[in-house]
Amino acid sequence: MKHLLAAADLTPTEIRFLLDAAKKMAPVLRKEKEEGQSASIPILTGKTIVNLFFENSTRTKMSFEVAIRKLGASALNFATSTSSVAKGETLIDTAKNIEAMGPHAIVVRHSSAGSPQYLAKNVSVPVVNAGDGFHEHPTQGLLDLYTMEEKLGTVAGKRVVILGDIAHSRVARSNIHLLRKMGASVAVCAPPTLLPPVPETLGVDYAYRPESLLGDADVVMALRVQLERQNRMQLPSLAEYSAFWGLSRERAKLLKPGCIILHPGPVNRGVELDTEVADGPRSVILDQVFNGVLIRMAVLATVIDRPKLEKWIEGV
Amino acid sequence: MKTESLLIKNARVVDPSQKLNEIRDIWVDEGKIRAIDKPGAIPVKPGMRVIEANGMITMPGLIDLHVHLREPGLEYKESIETGTLAAAAGGFSSIACMANTLPVNDTPYVTAYIREKAKAVAACRVHIVGAVTRGLKGEELAEIGGMVREGALAISDDGMPVMNSYLMRKAMDYAKAFGIPIISHAEDANLVGKGVMNESALSNELGLRGIPAAAEEIMIAREVALARLTGCPVHIQHISSAIGLEHIRRAKHDGLPVTAEASPHHLTLTEECVRSYDTAYKMSPPLRTEKDVEALQDGVKTGLIDAIATDHAPHGVIDKAVEFSEASNGIIGLQTAVPITFKLVSDGIISLDRWVESLTVAPAKLLKIPYGSLRVGNAADLTLLDPKREWKFTAECNHSKSQNSPFIGHSLTGKVMLTLVNGDVKFSENF
Repeated sequence: MKHLLAAADLTPTEIRFLLDAAKKMAPVLRKEKEEGQSASIPILTGKTIVNLFFENSTRTKMSFEVAIRKLGASALNFATSTSSVAKGETLIDTAKNIEAMGPHAIVVRHSSAGSPQYLAKNVSVPVVNAGDGFHEHPTQGLLDLYTMEEKLGTVAGKRVVILGDIAHSRVARSNIHLLRKMGASVAVCAPPTLLPPVPETLGVDYAYRPESLLGDADVVMALRVQLERQNRMQLPSLAEYSAFWGLSRERAKLLKPGCIILHPGPVNRGVELDTEVADGPRSVILDQVFNGVLIRMAVLATVIDRPKLEKWIEGV
Repeated sequence: MKTESLLIKNARVVDPSQKLNEIRDIWVDEGKIRAIDKPGAIPVKPGMRVIEANGMITMPGLIDLHVHLREPGLEYKESIETGTLAAAAGGFSSIACMANTLPVNDTPYVTAYIREKAKAVAACRVHIVGAVTRGLKGEELAEIGGMVREGALAISDDGMPVMNSYLMRKAMDYAKAFGIPIISHAEDANLVGKGVMNESALSNELGLRGIPAAAEEIMIAREVALARLTGCPVHIQHISSAIGLEHIRRAKHDGLPVTAEASPHHLTLTEECVRSYDTAYKMSPPLRTEKDVEALQDGVKTGLIDAIATDHAPHGVIDKAVEFSEASNGIIGLQTAVPITFKLVSDGIISLDRWVESLTVAPAKLLKIPYGSLRVGNAADLTLLDPKREWKFTAECNHSKSQNSPFIGHSLTGKVMLTLVNGDVKFSENF
């Protein structure tokens, strides 16, 4: 695996390798978290990784930064507002310039779907997709999958319901690919205005209203709904979303025991999830954040120096 | 009015929902249709009121898909109370009211207001149509889910066509989550422009700005395309043009969920009426040509046009007693719809069964309401018509607050004698 561009490209074997690597790293980080001692897994000591973010990000960017640091590497952060992109430089020019400085990988987020693929064709270092348009967000998909396995043992045969703005969600697309490859059955639910056209082509079940899906779910993943002015042609109001699609306390009563709730964050409390639900016992939202670092460590180590990673795993 | 035990004897019972067209006795009790049987077969019991209805026609209570009740906010034109009184007097036991009130019915709160007010004062069932877009402005979706929760059965920006095709597509998509149809006033507003009558040689002659039939044809074609794209049921209001009807034909041929209605005036009047510059003949869409009228009549005859709907559009004197170009569009129609369109039956153009169907089971199906049928056990919504009776539609017998009808003072044939809603007598003439 030279790059991580899309969850759709991964084989079940590759997915399993990444999840297992993350799992091996978990005790080290957990110990650090619990005992307050600094810990690291120095697989990428001395390496430099560029975070090339053409779109705003707080969580994902920080998660990558922490992952880079824990691997002993150093992060070079690039933000469009302070860069030459603001002066009209093209994506490839920017990337070529950065490449000339000799980094060992580029993590890229871009609002245009397919940008990571375009970049990967034009640079010689590994490229990791940190989100491209509505297309994919493979590390988010992997950390969600990891979290589901952590809580449920396996996703094979399990029912995962993704609830929210599916049409504009790279998280949903990456999750759908990974979950289907790992044997889960997936259903999506959204206002029909926020479902992609012909949703059945995604290989999932779909419903316009959540009630019929919630009772069978082992996992409900709520997605963020945004309501900028231009979106009022798709959704009348957040109140209406909350009333008919929100995972309210009332609607959460339909869930069976053991069903867990994920959300890629940040949660619009009272819109996608009621506060009681977001903070309740089913919620694994903060586990997702912790697991995100593990997954990104596993991904970066795999694309930059897989032999060293495998050696480290053997030694654990 | 109290629920009675009524026996209507010897009328022709026409109920297309059960393919019935025979002389029958019909017994109504406790708000329900209790029995329909051969003349004399239902025994008269004590307390039963018997109506001898020889020569009359008993139909399921009529349903009008297209009414403007003007309340809240425009009560100088009409109110829920007066509009529904006119409906009952015209034989309608159910009407659907449009959203262009003041404020516009674009929120759950306005929908709830109309529902509660109707519950308190209405003389017939009021089915609520909410707005598609906020303020009928064609910019943002209205709170469709909330309105449906409060009882709205469909959405429409009637009078203000949604010009943005992206928004209309999204509205149709959104409506699917609530299982409701979109009702479309299909006219391209830009092409309508400042037009006030059909664009034709006559509009040239009269010096009035014309509205080409193409304005309607384009929008019907768009609605059909969007129905095909989204799968959302679309109902085309007051179709006026022969070519527009061809788009409906194609849609139905392709199995799309597209339906249509025609108004009594578009079915019987032509642009020639405008010659007098009488604002009572100013309509939206405008009255068109003889050829269009013939096509529409044929459409109702064959069922290509599913329903007859009045587009009852009350306007005050200040709206209509003005220059033609300044006048508001539309006419009242609830009390005249039956005689005006029954003439098409008398003239042998439309069959009696099809006529009743277009005013009962067809609109009921569209709104998914359990009315429009005299099946035993159903709510007793019923209309009794004397098809031969001549009467004069006068300002005195007009229940609407508004007088904007070209038929005031006209002698008409065919009189609604009795309207029952849930077994209650909501209108009766000499009974």
